[in-house]
Amino acid sequence: MNAIMIALIGILVFYLGYRYYSKFVAEKIYRLDPDYETPAHKYKDGVDFVPTNKWVLWGHHFSSVAGASPILGPAIAIYWGWLPALVWVVLGTVFAAGVHDFGALVLSVRNKGQSVGTLANRIIGQRAKILFLFIILILVLMVNAVFAWVIANLFITFPSSVLSVFIQIPLAIWIGHLVYKRSGNMLFPSIAALATMYVTAVIASRVPALQIDLPRYFGGAENTVMFGLDGISMSFFVWIIVLMVYVYFSSSLPVWKLLQPRDYINSHQLVLGILILYLGLFFSNPSITAPMTNSEASTPWFPLLFITIACGAISGFHGLIASGTSSKQLNKETDARVVGYLGAVGEGLLALISIIAVATLFTNQGAFLEAYNSFGAAGEIGLGSFIEGAGQLATGLLIPADIASTIIAVIIVSFAATSLDSAVRLMRYIISELGNEYKVKSLTKTHVATSIAVVSSAALVLIPEGPQGFGSGGYLLWPLFGTANQLLAGITLLLITLWLKRLGRNYFVTLVPMVFVLVMTLYAMLRQVVFEWSGYGGGELNVLLFLLGSIILAFAFWILLEAANALRKDNTNFPTDKDQSM
Amino acid sequence: MNLKRVLDLYDQILKQGHRNEIARELRDEDDLFLILCYSDMLGIPNPAFYYTLELYPHMLERFHEWHLRMGMDKSPINGFRCC
Repeated sequence: MNAIMIALIGILVFYLGYRYYSKFVAEKIYRLDPDYETPAHKYKDGVDFVPTNKWVLWGHHFSSVAGASPILGPAIAIYWGWLPALVWVVLGTVFAAGVHDFGALVLSVRNKGQSVGTLANRIIGQRAKILFLFIILILVLMVNAVFAWVIANLFITFPSSVLSVFIQIPLAIWIGHLVYKRSGNMLFPSIAALATMYVTAVIASRVPALQIDLPRYFGGAENTVMFGLDGISMSFFVWIIVLMVYVYFSSSLPVWKLLQPRDYINSHQLVLGILILYLGLFFSNPSITAPMTNSEASTPWFPLLFITIACGAISGFHGLIASGTSSKQLNKETDARVVGYLGAVGEGLLALISIIAVATLFTNQGAFLEAYNSFGAAGEIGLGSFIEGAGQLATGLLIPADIASTIIAVIIVSFAATSLDSAVRLMRYIISELGNEYKVKSLTKTHVATSIAVVSSAALVLIPEGPQGFGSGGYLLWPLFGTANQLLAGITLLLITLWLKRLGRNYFVTLVPMVFVLVMTLYAMLRQVVFEWSGYGGGELNVLLFLLGSIILAFAFWILLEAANALRKDNTNFPTDKDQSM
Repeated sequence: MNLKRVLDLYDQILKQGHRNEIARELRDEDDLFLILCYSDMLGIPNPAFYYTLELYPHMLERFHEWHLRMGMDKSPINGFRCC
């Protein structure tokens, strides 16, 4: 099968989904009104509520939700073959993620720009607020552990990318200083910074002395360095500590000093990365070597596929962004279709290219099956396979494979570092909020909250022991990350469904994906918690995963009951079309 | 669409992500400046009061925005009426 054909089919379905399905949803279900006064106009304050051009908002929304997750999930899920991953990404984007992101945006716009968390509190009740807070806390804790693991792993696998990533920090600080203290323009200095990073990556991939290869310094995997740790484990430990120290400072500094200029540079990488990969695909015309479906898979695809690919098909985080910031800046209600639905399509495109990059990497089907011999192995090599596959696609643009792989590794690390930084910052806010709620004043202090966030994240990534030994917490947690994310998406879809029901409209467009996502999440979690992590049924007891999984499972059941209860009775907390606030 | 407009749009997209955070930080700095300027009227002695007095006509609009944002419909300071 030809890879270009798969890409074209995916793009065509996305196009049809946007052109027809989103139009139908916008006109018949959400009934967008171009004359409705959006919160951006009604509460305009120059800070949170500012009417913004729809393409600017789309770009912001897309770059906020796109990160390493839509790449990592599909790169692991291809273990079951490229077809199941492709079908879930394409149909999930069109029928679940699109209406979810779009709906969260419209629901928030119709309710004074309030976030889904606040709306859940109002509609389902106080319990929903606690539920929300805990799910988000668990989610960000896992984001920290997963992405710290991803970065440390990539630094070990691609040592030529380390220098470029570290060079970005002083460059970003310099740009931040230049722009805010001297009112300069950010575009050209940031392009120069990006060029410097890539030149460094090119030189480092050819000059071994510039590669910060910790396992080599520690004498390799066979050499025991200290505390019984071998060279690889010790390297993991050192990188995790370095990352946590970095993230402590970057998340507590004012945003303009490091975070904004760094995000600005990274956003160029998102545009450039997508361009390189899709153009490379069309120029190199590779063949798919991964199997269509993997009949040798020992772990069944149903229902694990639906939590392995979370971002890229449907993601609760998108709802948080759509209702948290994007809804407050929507110029016209009809713009919600572009911002919400097309934002989800952008993420789908990223997941699609991730599937293609891994599916075209191996020389033949045998090589694929040998590498992806178990679900555990898929988790371990997924991201590395994407980077190598992406490097191979980039050779279509005459970029040498080793240089292309280094640059792709730099891009992925930058995405993961941004997610890590934002997640630690978010965790700090949640801890402070809990401190306020329970009157523990010390928790509201920046450095106390940041320390708790950083230390708990480091502990989570360092404690678990998996097949890879020390430092494997990140990928072990991936299914839990997917579950927590899908639960959040389920709650948002529930809120939209309740709203539509109250208005007397056809709510099946959100009810069907809601039931699907919640049932799959529950089924997958139940299977893993009971049969894999509890020690029952032949599996080994894994205390950490069992505990975290049980908590999320309890939350999932809780939400399902709340959903059934809320759907049954008429909810009067929602305003109707006749109300002034609508 | 010419290149300059495309670049402007691209620049705006990339800045959008942190626009409100920066605006909030600048607003906090403004608030601090306002309290320094009006401290004498609030009962906190300020040796630079004589000089900050000169700034008041220029700050009228910002002061009005500030007290509205703080949830006060009318100016809270006696002798300084903006609305």
